[in-house]
Amino acid sequence: MFHKYLQFIILFSFSASLLAGEIHEFTLDNGLKLIVKEDHRAPVAVSQVWYGVGASYEQEGKTGLSHMLEHMMFKGTKKYLLGEFNRIMAINGASQNAFTGTDYTAYFQTLEKSRLPISFEMEADRMRGLVLSEDEFVKEREVVKEERRTRTDDQPTSLLYEYFRATAFQTSSYQNPIIGWMSDIGNLQLADLQTWYQRWYAPNNAILVVVGDVEPQTVLKLAKQYFGSLKSSELKSPNSRPEVEQFGVKRIKIKRPAKLPNLMMGYKTPTLATKSEQWEVYALEVLSYLLDGGDSTRLPKNLVRGQQIASSIGSNYNLFGRLESLFTIEGTPTDKHTIDELEAAIYAQINQLKDTLVDQEELAMVKTKLRASQVYELDSMFYQGMKIGLLETIGLDWRIFDSYLDNIKAVTAEQVQMVARKYLIEDHLTVAILEPIGEDK
Amino acid sequence: MRIITLIISLLIAQFASAIPTIQHWQTDNGTKVYFVPAPDLPMVNIEVVFDAGSARDGKKFGLSRLTNGLLNEGAGGYSADQIAEKFDNLGAEFANLVDIDMAKVTLRSLVEPELLQPALEMLAIILTKPDFELKSLERVQQQLLTALKYKQQSPSDIANKAFYTAVFGEHPYANLPDGTIETVTALTREDLQEFHQQYYVSNNALISIVGALDRQAAEKLANTIIKLPSGKVPNSLPEVTLLTEAKTIHIDHPATQTKVLIGQPGLKRGDADYFTLYMGNYILGGGGLVSRLSEEVREKRGLAYSAYSYFMPQRVLGAFIAGLGTRNDQTAQAIEIVQKTMQDFIENGPTETELKEAKQGITGRFPLRIKSNKDIVGYLSMLGFYNLPLDYLHTFNANIEAITLPMIKDAFQRRLLLDKLVTVTVGGKP
Repeated sequence: MFHKYLQFIILFSFSASLLAGEIHEFTLDNGLKLIVKEDHRAPVAVSQVWYGVGASYEQEGKTGLSHMLEHMMFKGTKKYLLGEFNRIMAINGASQNAFTGTDYTAYFQTLEKSRLPISFEMEADRMRGLVLSEDEFVKEREVVKEERRTRTDDQPTSLLYEYFRATAFQTSSYQNPIIGWMSDIGNLQLADLQTWYQRWYAPNNAILVVVGDVEPQTVLKLAKQYFGSLKSSELKSPNSRPEVEQFGVKRIKIKRPAKLPNLMMGYKTPTLATKSEQWEVYALEVLSYLLDGGDSTRLPKNLVRGQQIASSIGSNYNLFGRLESLFTIEGTPTDKHTIDELEAAIYAQINQLKDTLVDQEELAMVKTKLRASQVYELDSMFYQGMKIGLLETIGLDWRIFDSYLDNIKAVTAEQVQMVARKYLIEDHLTVAILEPIGEDK
Repeated sequence: MRIITLIISLLIAQFASAIPTIQHWQTDNGTKVYFVPAPDLPMVNIEVVFDAGSARDGKKFGLSRLTNGLLNEGAGGYSADQIAEKFDNLGAEFANLVDIDMAKVTLRSLVEPELLQPALEMLAIILTKPDFELKSLERVQQQLLTALKYKQQSPSDIANKAFYTAVFGEHPYANLPDGTIETVTALTREDLQEFHQQYYVSNNALISIVGALDRQAAEKLANTIIKLPSGKVPNSLPEVTLLTEAKTIHIDHPATQTKVLIGQPGLKRGDADYFTLYMGNYILGGGGLVSRLSEEVREKRGLAYSAYSYFMPQRVLGAFIAGLGTRNDQTAQAIEIVQKTMQDFIENGPTETELKEAKQGITGRFPLRIKSNKDIVGYLSMLGFYNLPLDYLHTFNANIEAITLPMIKDAFQRRLLLDKLVTVTVGGKP
């Protein structure tokens, strides 16, 4: 089987872990939450600082602000001048970077364990001491525009995904592209960044996650030493506007120079953070695995191998969104089939979930797979930290992982059918199609 | 800054105990096995590697990938659906992968015998008795063709293909594992059967294992999965011919940005200059945001999101590539800066400070190389495949420490020839 080379959404599967080292949680006086997970297999530590701010916090006309600030966080502080952050990390052999999502901005270092204090010192310093300079900002804005060209403008399927989300979400800030619209990037001003930084970068809006060959009490001591004196901020909630109810299918078509058509479909779905019945979320998670949780599951089995309508296909459900999210299905038809035929075949799969109860063997398979992946995930310290950060930044407790597998195991065939009937409905659907055109345009 | 220097001086030798000791033996039918016990997690990572990458395609570009991709699409009487169900039901993860040199299949499984044993038996069947039935072949062939088309809409893939063709000319490395639309379309069942028969043999295979097993269990595991006939070790690949002149290639593509790749044949695994070039390149364009290329192109001028260079060490000389992507109208300026940066580096070499900091960075990063079972199993395959010494990881930092300024300057002047660079640009008009 070839990889789903068109898959642009990272599939995270979450799980509790009885095998893993214990997790320790502390909160400093200034509100900084520290979560430490021990993993003593190699003399390495992963340190991640997660801020509760991301693209979904942004207002119209200011999209891309969180991501731009992420870039500027590498441009120097009062104490460590321009260039020193990257240089000090490099000479210490740290693998380091940052990433911005809809609901978070995170900074990380993976390094030899005795150097954890270096990571703490530098992260604490730039949590409150960033110096934003106009000269550096003007250059970095061009870097971000190049990033946008690379990742989005010159990638037809990425562009489709951006337009798809902007169509699906009419009032919700999940319509914002993480990198920002090109014109917004161009219009951002240094003062916008200054305000954003002061508003969100504070210990009481941050989670410090450490995973590795460390001792929790020692890490706590270090955290107090470096982060303890930072002043907290008065945090205002983001002005998030809820998504209006959708009363019918939305369809868009993007015509771009490309070689292959592409289809994206998304149904509005609740998450663990939205106010809905918890079992519904876990049933949707299982449903997602039934469709695309392995080579033997329904979409690859029926549409790629059986009917040979899809050349590639995948589905994704994000149960960890802060706001109402999308259950997405994305695929490319084979040469012998059209986008319309692929779409019809996908509806047939969805209707089958609504009409016929899933059999027990299929459910059991999903549960075995999730049990195994909970062990496999422990091989990556970074990923273990990431799971904690993703949950905590949307205001959920990492302990959810402890009950994740039990919640999955409790899902019944009837519940899968119920959520299929309730959420995978045409009136809550958005369909986006990439139609290739010649290259003269 | 004080704590920082202090910590560094304490370091270096202290990771020695964390470096895994590699156990090595051969299966009953001659396949080399590399094993590291990893008792902490109840799982095992397995890689079976063959010298059957795209360099073995001959003129049938794409043959190695299609053969490898079809292994699990029907074997020993099991259909593709049945194989997929088997692995999914066991919670096992199967994958296949082909690059220029290697063809791999990988398996990750829990170590509970009732899960592991059937997964291993299925793996043995997949490796030994692939059916290559026509229906599966046609479908996977179509998937490969679709993947090729997808790459035709990706500027960096278009650039990469043109670059390899220009740098490697008639050498097998000129063709990438995906092949071309014409050659993939022409592949037949007989081609695949022949390729499998010739290259998927025990003398041309190696197994890497990292997991919660003891030696005895690992030996049994290796004997279970390798039931292949012994066969022959393939001939050595031809040496790569160095370029005799510079080449410039532009491909028009409807894009807002131009992708630039500059390079030539670079180095091979086990190369006498390996550590010197690796470290020199770390300073030139390999060290993330702190390299000279990144500093000149991104940090100082904001011309690109990323500007980098790397050596791709292979069985014989792999590529040296410097690359970036920039708004169409800035292309000439960006290329000029890359050329100037490379020229300055080759003529004058790095500074004392750069050398010192590169050593600190590379040696300090060492523990990250062995932080997961997945990392370690990848090392085992690499060391085994390229016949590198099994103490490679133990001596890595010492090899880095031994490099001097004159060594880097000399190696770059001998190996990187500025007047014989290939420059590929793919993009739109300014």
